[in-house]
Amino acid sequence: MATFRTKHDPQRYTFEGFGSDKYPNLMLRGAGHLDNWTLDVYEQQHEGYVALKKALKMEPVAVTEEVKTSGIRGRGGAGFPAGLKWSFMPKDTPERKFTRYVVCNADEGEPGTFKDRAIMEYNPHQLIEGVIISAWAMQCQLGFIYVRGEFLWLIEKLEHALQEARNAGYLGKDIQGTGWDFDILVHRGAGAYICGEETALLNSLEGRRGEPRVKPPFPAAKGAFGQPTTINNVETLAAVPPILRMGGAEYAKIGRPKNTGTRVFCLSGHIKRPGLYELPLGLPLDFIMNDLAGGSSTGKKIKAIIPGGASAPAFSEKEFSTPMDFDSVRDAGSMAGSGGVIFMDEDTCMVQACLRLIRFYAHESCGQCTPCREGCNWMEMILHRIEHGQGRMEDLDLLASITPNIAGKTLCALGDAACGPMDSMLQKFRPEFEHHITHKACMVNGHHLLAKVGGH
Amino acid sequence: MNHPLPPETADHALATGERLPKSERVDFSPEAIAEIQAIAAKYPDKLAATLPALHIAQREFGFVSLDAMKAVARALSIPEGHVFGVASFYTMYQKKPVGKFHLQVCTNICCALNGGAEFLEKVCEKTGCTPGGGPSPDGLWSVEEAECLASCGSAPCMQVNADVYDEYLDDAKLKGILESCERGEYRAWAE
Repeated sequence: MATFRTKHDPQRYTFEGFGSDKYPNLMLRGAGHLDNWTLDVYEQQHEGYVALKKALKMEPVAVTEEVKTSGIRGRGGAGFPAGLKWSFMPKDTPERKFTRYVVCNADEGEPGTFKDRAIMEYNPHQLIEGVIISAWAMQCQLGFIYVRGEFLWLIEKLEHALQEARNAGYLGKDIQGTGWDFDILVHRGAGAYICGEETALLNSLEGRRGEPRVKPPFPAAKGAFGQPTTINNVETLAAVPPILRMGGAEYAKIGRPKNTGTRVFCLSGHIKRPGLYELPLGLPLDFIMNDLAGGSSTGKKIKAIIPGGASAPAFSEKEFSTPMDFDSVRDAGSMAGSGGVIFMDEDTCMVQACLRLIRFYAHESCGQCTPCREGCNWMEMILHRIEHGQGRMEDLDLLASITPNIAGKTLCALGDAACGPMDSMLQKFRPEFEHHITHKACMVNGHHLLAKVGGH
Repeated sequence: MNHPLPPETADHALATGERLPKSERVDFSPEAIAEIQAIAAKYPDKLAATLPALHIAQREFGFVSLDAMKAVARALSIPEGHVFGVASFYTMYQKKPVGKFHLQVCTNICCALNGGAEFLEKVCEKTGCTPGGGPSPDGLWSVEEAECLASCGSAPCMQVNADVYDEYLDDAKLKGILESCERGEYRAWAE
């Protein structure tokens, strides 16, 4: 029994000036309208499957080249150029024919990020079209969309949209008369943050525990079911149809050199107008915060911003003017990550915030690599005792000494992700940690971030 | 990670190597077996159907007990140990019974900044449950503290069973949600 969303969606998808030439709307077309997701609406109002028809007339290599020209970088977190990633897939040789897979990573779980959900809710066909185009470019036989388990209603919607696409001849056997067969399977995850990591996702797709694999071999050589596989984020794949429609060179004019295109920023926390903001890359963070999103929601000054999902090191006030693109955010000591921007006002106790984030990583660590499994748990325990007034001054140096022993010493980036907030908050807001230890209480008197019950 | 062991259905804890008598085995309905096998056929390898099969087991039996895991292993002809490993890894497979309405409240940073932690306390107070502590005496509610549900812009957020999220929650909305659950406007667990 399929149930499609009938409940009002309170999320904010637009802002003043959105949809103009300055702020092009490529990813969130029709977002907020509950009936926007069907094939009819997509074909009639949003130039649906025009890009696919164009791509199928091109050579697969030319499609990859077009995406390379556009310069789009992966929107999932690492910011790796998507076209380059596609070109790593091995080509068929007379001696060896490959079975290639394309996987769409819709395991959206990074705290602060909620863009993929909106794309699948309102533009599932744009994602499906993107997957088909990428599969054509890499000549894949089968595609998977790995959706996190909580999104059951979106899975039902995607299944329905896929059936619509099959009926219209965009999927299945002999697509649009090219003689090429391709189909997409939707795979439902089961609530593990780690499965957003690409090799853990592949393990989960194969029906195993979601533990990251040793790299190399990279997925392009040996991925899902031992075959060459490319994994892209929902937003990256959904950006492919606009790129093909407008042409790679035209797309590259949006944003900044090397950081091209638009990206859906997810604004949350203490901000007056939270929601999704599709913006060209390179706009300053304080402009987004004050001019577009209306500044702080509590009337208090914003003290800290996490610029790229919970894994990114936090910014304090002096970095608020950083342009929001991959390179500038990296140069400022953080990472653009998944585009989730979390605002925290003056009344937020950074010890509590840090403990809440580290508890998440300690809970979600898959337990495979000792530095991450033990390190995250120890950081949680030490922060817990600081928060509860039992901290010692040497705990701060102890915390600082744990992170270098986790970062870079694990198979996947979860360990590094836990170190980002820990290091940055300890460095930038050290007086708050010291105050907690000496006064056995928060330096600020405000939000209550930790529930008295639960705690896994 | 904390993985609670699923309860045994036998009246005593099974000793190493001891197996349930065949008559006490839990098994899928023929339709569910057909569904699992149809899913397995879509993948290049039948092992890949482990996760979907466990979702079906949860739907059929209400929660993933050890017996349900064994049934999955039999349905797919894969090792029981593999199924146990997978089921214990993923938090969405409930290894203990849950209430008719399983309330998953996000308390991660974005929700907490907007009152998610207090909201969880309220939910526990109203339903008389503790997070992860099993169903309430009337079997209607159970509460779980969830990690980020990807609804940060409309925090705090809660999911009732597998339904569409409830967002921008406050006391009034909680009251409304609990009442509409009682009226049966939400899909019951494992329906």
